[in-house]
Amino acid sequence: MPAPDSSASLTEAPARLRRIALAGNPNVGKTTVFNLLTGLRQKVANYPGVTVERKSGRLVGAEPAEVIDLPGTYSLNPKSLDEQIAYDMLVGRIEGERSPDVVVCVADASNLERNLFLVTQVMDLGLPTVVALNMMDAAEAAGLRIDTESLSRALGLPVVPMVAAQGKGLEELRAAVLNLPEPPTPRRWTLMDVVDARVRELTEVLADAAPDLPEAHRFSEVLHALAEDKALEYWETRAPAFKQAVEQARQTLNERNVPYRFAEVMGRYNWLTPLVAQLVTRHKDPSERTWSDKIDAVVTHRVGGPLIFIVTLALIFQAVFTWATPAMDLIEASMMALGTLVRDLLPAGAVTDLLVEGVIAGVGNVLVFLPQILLLFFFLGLMEDTGYMARTAFIMDRVMNKVGLSGGSVVPLLSSFACAIPGIMAARTLDNERDRLITIMVAPLMSCSARLPIYTLFIAAFIPAGVLFGFVGYQGLAMFSMYLMGIVMAFVAAWILKKFVIKGASSYFVMELPPYRMPKIKHVLWRMVERSKIFVMRAGKIIFGLSIVLWFLASYPKVGPSPEFEAQQAAVETQRQVSLDQIAAARGVTAETFMALDPVVAAMQFQEAGAAARLDSLRALYPNQVAGALSVYEVEQQYQAELQQITDAEDGYRIRNSIIGWMGRILEPVMQPLGFDWKISAGIVTAFAAREVIVSTLGILYSVGEVDETSIALRDQLKADRYPDGRPVYTALVAVSLLVFFVFALQCMSTLAIARRETNSWFWPAVMWLYMTGLAYLFSLIVYQGGKALGLG
Amino acid sequence: MTLKDLKPGESGTITGYTETTPPMRLMEMGMLPGAVVEVVRLAPLGDPIDLKVRGYHLSIRKHEAGMIEVQRV
Ligand SMILES: Nc1nc2c(ncn2[C@@H]2O[C@H](COP(=O)(O)OP(=O)(O)O)[C@@H](O)[C@H]2O)c(=O)[nH]1
Ligand SMILES: [Mg+2]
Repeated sequence: MPAPDSSASLTEAPARLRRIALAGNPNVGKTTVFNLLTGLRQKVANYPGVTVERKSGRLVGAEPAEVIDLPGTYSLNPKSLDEQIAYDMLVGRIEGERSPDVVVCVADASNLERNLFLVTQVMDLGLPTVVALNMMDAAEAAGLRIDTESLSRALGLPVVPMVAAQGKGLEELRAAVLNLPEPPTPRRWTLMDVVDARVRELTEVLADAAPDLPEAHRFSEVLHALAEDKALEYWETRAPAFKQAVEQARQTLNERNVPYRFAEVMGRYNWLTPLVAQLVTRHKDPSERTWSDKIDAVVTHRVGGPLIFIVTLALIFQAVFTWATPAMDLIEASMMALGTLVRDLLPAGAVTDLLVEGVIAGVGNVLVFLPQILLLFFFLGLMEDTGYMARTAFIMDRVMNKVGLSGGSVVPLLSSFACAIPGIMAARTLDNERDRLITIMVAPLMSCSARLPIYTLFIAAFIPAGVLFGFVGYQGLAMFSMYLMGIVMAFVAAWILKKFVIKGASSYFVMELPPYRMPKIKHVLWRMVERSKIFVMRAGKIIFGLSIVLWFLASYPKVGPSPEFEAQQAAVETQRQVSLDQIAAARGVTAETFMALDPVVAAMQFQEAGAAARLDSLRALYPNQVAGALSVYEVEQQYQAELQQITDAEDGYRIRNSIIGWMGRILEPVMQPLGFDWKISAGIVTAFAAREVIVSTLGILYSVGEVDETSIALRDQLKADRYPDGRPVYTALVAVSLLVFFVFALQCMSTLAIARRETNSWFWPAVMWLYMTGLAYLFSLIVYQGGKALGLG
Repeated sequence: MTLKDLKPGESGTITGYTETTPPMRLMEMGMLPGAVVEVVRLAPLGDPIDLKVRGYHLSIRKHEAGMIEVQRV
């Protein structure tokens, strides 16, 4: 991170108010307040280098001020990536970002004490601060009355009571912000004496060691460095003298048995607890069960809890997979139509090919997942806003803990069933770096929706349609096994990674269970759109580029027309002419008769009603001519079919000689032990960009033209394919081996790109790719060779 | 005794920690000496536990609960 440069905004008051940052605990209504302040004029971007969303907008009204919605944080001593960003933003430590001119600290009135903890930390940064005391309605419902004026006096900050969900308090908040409050007096609380003395010394050391650090930030930095190793490490290269001094101070304090790590937290709460007791009056017995408690009694019940969880999941999956289908079909059809349109409008040539087969097909590959992603984000948003999300973590933590993860990984892993990208992005809420990394590393093992086309094609083609025990279909069972295999392997991989590979602080589980709230559908929809936009932009760019590259690989080098195919074509041509001459000679059919019959035959071809009757009546009149014309028709039909076959074979020939075909043949010896021929190998190469591409590659290789996974033609071609010695290329065993390969292999550029961004290195994506490809190879090998040994081949 | 020994429905006052380095997050969430904690319920599989402290619900694992010394009230 660059040297902080926010001193300007601290020493001289800004002429105008330019930046307002919203800080606060998670779930206190920051985003709701943000929406109120900005209206709909907001934009979502990313902080440099990480995928944490940077939400900003313009303050409604005359003042040209930017409002920034920071990620939720419980403390300014950051634990998660989200929290790190919130802190770095406040102290102006992010590239291209200045410290805010005003901080609006949103606090939950119904949970005042813990919320004020963060407020006291923000105050100590010396920035002008306004407290938006939100959720006054919830506080009222809980029987709490808060003396906001006394609170304001005690904190030395403006306090604005609000009910953001109903828009109450907006004007007052705006006024308080525009008024640009005086910076607060920091440190209204007291640190225990021994620690305080050390902190004073260390503050001076830091001032000398890091002169660029604004004076107002020194105190917080010293507290963080004293308490947490991660914060201390930050100074290792930037201010080694300071780091050394802190280590020494820690040692002295340790020797005297001073609980210095908790001094700050205790100091703050010791000041807050009596204050809150004084300012808040209760009208209800606090032990009385609230609505939220009653819902929890059911939702986290020993039996009911898991049951509700499973049913909820099943419903979400059902919705994501079935509701999305019509929209996905529509998108596919539209992209196809667009391709045809472009072909019609532009002259034929390499550019048009690239545009249609590379660009449009590539964009289609991304867009086709959009309906599923939208639905998934909608349901996740609903789970988040109702408070159910935290309960899923609560219910599942025990299970996840067994493999070394925590309940917090449940949602990222579940999201990965739709797509690993949102799954990996969701992992950033985890406050343990090690857990986050492990979650990212195993998320792509969950069977995402891009694997579905491959599962569908091969299961439909090679798994018998029979039924087990009268109700379990073999095909359904096979599909289920694919998902199960991925889940089990994700758990095993997580366990291994935790045990042997990724070291770090051991994880703990400390999570708030927020009260249940009625979700605001508008809010959920809005966020769904925002997140999907990010997904489309990010995945889109990569797949877009890669599709173009793939298209080149499959199209070049261009081979000239092969004499073999030209000869075949000529032969078919001659055959047709000979047949036509024969018919003409035998029946005396003239061209006119054929012309007269043509519409009727065409009608028959399309199976139009009445065509047969019309043909019969004609036959009664001219029996000889009709019979002859039908023969002509048959000859024409056969001619067309044979011509098509040759064209398809030529396409196949071209691909075989393209770079991809060449790669497939190079890979063939490596893939042979898994039962894969060069075509499957070539398909796997193309599937590296995006898994589902293998279906269209096989379509091209098998020369059946445009296909999708439901294509009967492709299925039949696969079944009919033979090695030169007559063995079938695909047996059920090869199909299973291929399916297993696709369960484990990481064939998705977008996932690698996201993993790179989220881990900030190429190392982890490389490890991810290697271990998953290794697993895929190993398990396919076991399946194929094992199956052969058992005589199943 | 530690927080782990309290049954659902029971409350205790935190008196200290058995470990020298319990998670910082626990303290920041208000689990400090003097605070009164109620064990509300256990998760379906027995772990983690749902606590009520300073007027809100906090969930922690039994492992962490075992670090927190309490006095039953
Ligand atoms: N009862 C009540 N609910 C609110 C209020 N403000 C926001 N909410 C709800 O609290 C939940 C969390 O709000 P959100 O703005 O996403 O919080 P954030 O996580 O801090 O950004 C949403 O379901 C909001 O509708 C309020 O003043 N009263
Ligand atoms: Mg928010």
